[in-house]
Amino acid sequence: MNVLVYIDLQLGKPRKNAAELLTYASKMADGGTVSALVLGPCSEDLTQLGDFGAQKVLHANAPELASFDGLTHGKLLAEAVQFSQSDVAIVAFDHSGRAVAPVAAAKLKAGLVAGAAGLPLGNSFPVKAFSGKALAKVKVLTSVWVVALTPNSIPSEKTAGTAALESWTPSSIPVSKIKVLATHKNASDIPLPEAERVVSGGRGLKGPENWGLVEDLAKELGAATACSRPVSDIGWRPHHEHVGQTGITIRPNLYIAAGISGAIQHLAGVNSSKTIVVINTDAEAPFFKAADYGVVGDAFEVLPKLTQAIKKFKAEQA
Amino acid sequence: MNILVCIAKAPDTTTKIKFNAEANALDGNGVTWIVNPSDEWYALVKALELKEAAGQGKVSIITVGLSEDDSIIRKALAVGADEAFRINMSPDSAASVAAQIAAWMKGQSFDFILTGKETIDYNGSLMGGLLAAELDLPYIPMIEKLDVQSGIATMSRDIGGGTEEVQVQGPFVASATKGLAEQRIPNMRGIMAARTKPITVVEPQSIDSTVQYLDFTLPAEKGACKMIDPENMDELVRLLHSEAKAL
Ligand SMILES: Cc1cc2nc3c(=O)[nH]c(=O)nc-3n(C[C@H](O)[C@H](O)[C@H](O)COP(=O)(O)OP(=O)(O)OC[C@H]3O[C@@H](n4cnc5c(N)ncnc54)[C@H](O)[C@@H]3O)c2cc1C
Repeated sequence: MNVLVYIDLQLGKPRKNAAELLTYASKMADGGTVSALVLGPCSEDLTQLGDFGAQKVLHANAPELASFDGLTHGKLLAEAVQFSQSDVAIVAFDHSGRAVAPVAAAKLKAGLVAGAAGLPLGNSFPVKAFSGKALAKVKVLTSVWVVALTPNSIPSEKTAGTAALESWTPSSIPVSKIKVLATHKNASDIPLPEAERVVSGGRGLKGPENWGLVEDLAKELGAATACSRPVSDIGWRPHHEHVGQTGITIRPNLYIAAGISGAIQHLAGVNSSKTIVVINTDAEAPFFKAADYGVVGDAFEVLPKLTQAIKKFKAEQA
Repeated sequence: MNILVCIAKAPDTTTKIKFNAEANALDGNGVTWIVNPSDEWYALVKALELKEAAGQGKVSIITVGLSEDDSIIRKALAVGADEAFRINMSPDSAASVAAQIAAWMKGQSFDFILTGKETIDYNGSLMGGLLAAELDLPYIPMIEKLDVQSGIATMSRDIGGGTEEVQVQGPFVASATKGLAEQRIPNMRGIMAARTKPITVVEPQSIDSTVQYLDFTLPAEKGACKMIDPENMDELVRLLHSEAKAL
């Protein structure tokens, strides 16, 4: 089948998740054409998207597309699906994709798979449900599909292909009703939803002044930082770090939790992480039941030791 | 200021999820239903705050559900919504719920529409985008701030790794996330008042489904947790590298 991938630009560059989306698309295409859609001016060589399987890149670089508008981008994605004669549109199930995918699906009258967690079998997709407490199979009943892929669902694979760059002019670009006043970047470099490693702290860390322990370890690991709900409720950490059933759901390769008890609502948001490490003074903390590795100990002592051990490991590997 | 808030019901967050014998639907036995948290805590409360600040207006809520869901609607009315609409069908997917609400919206007029950022059962976070597409309105997902002054809405939204401040004039759809407002616990007066607030039942349109949930499974149980000596973090790093392949 022919697959079209929506590539989200951030500061004029394809987001890192383009690699995973294109890998996923290539596997689904199974011999069909994999195209990528890029909307807005871009400062990077887009033929590089060929590294992960794009054969064709449709680029609409009208300056009015520079700021994100989900309604406009969704409409253009729908048009590009028809233009490229694609059977499937793939979008990341992230902040932008959650706006683009439903609009494209509504315009195409296409079945929409929200939060696909892996490759489909025929027309049925694995998806997460009940905030990670269950897995579901969703069957798409239409001929054209829109699939929003949960970040970190499959490892990216490099290919030797090259992509042909084609400039694309949509039939019309609707004037956006959204005026962007300013954009602020968070202090941490790695957005939590797509981070491959996450270090998280709970109320056991006693106060915001102790978060250096979490940040030091995260820095050493190239990880994003996260927290439990009460920690963001009391304002020790920003809201966007709150993981769990009522925060964000993540599935990194490695999740390290320090001073978090492991309440059901917290576990729901993190239990699909590949490897979970729990550090807690209380050997009876429920989190140990959901962990792969456990350390019964004081986070104030264990975290710096772990940071040191990672440092040493990295030095040995170098 | 007339604001529409879309609300969904969801199983209480402490629910141990189990399914029916065919494994194609949640086993609702013993499940306590709540108003989906981000719909109630952020979208609804923000709508109430804006109405109160404006000193006039109305906050309406809409849900797609059966009469058994009136208890959820009463909860949202107790928090402070003025009136409710219920489209009388069992919701089968976000797409059909949005199409139903959009079809009903055609005869209505609201300044703007708020939804929660996602439901905690199907986690699709689709409602806002689907509605915006159906109604051809601008859509601002994941807002954590919203201020309305003389018809111009200024919002701040989470863009994953940062925030963006935007402005919109005229009607729009936005989804509400943490930070937008604080949960309000209904007081006795609110609960009493909710009993007599109107719930208008709307009959559904016939709309084809585009997806179908086939079955549900529970995630595999984790094996036993390996305990590591807190004095031996080198051992943990070794296991993370060679056994878990996480480093
Ligand atoms: C409707 C609803 C929704 C919710 N949604 C979420 C959600 O999305 N995400 C979420 O996280 N929570 C959520 N919660 C809250 C949840 O129930 C728990 O209250 C919360 O997760 C507990 O946070 P915590 O583990 O940081 O704190 P606590 O439960 O207080 O646990 C602190 C832990 O730290 C340990 N500790 C103490 N000192 C140390 C030390 N020096 N070193 C190591 N360990 C130490 C303790 O043994 C304890 O296990 C929700 C609750 C409700 C009612």
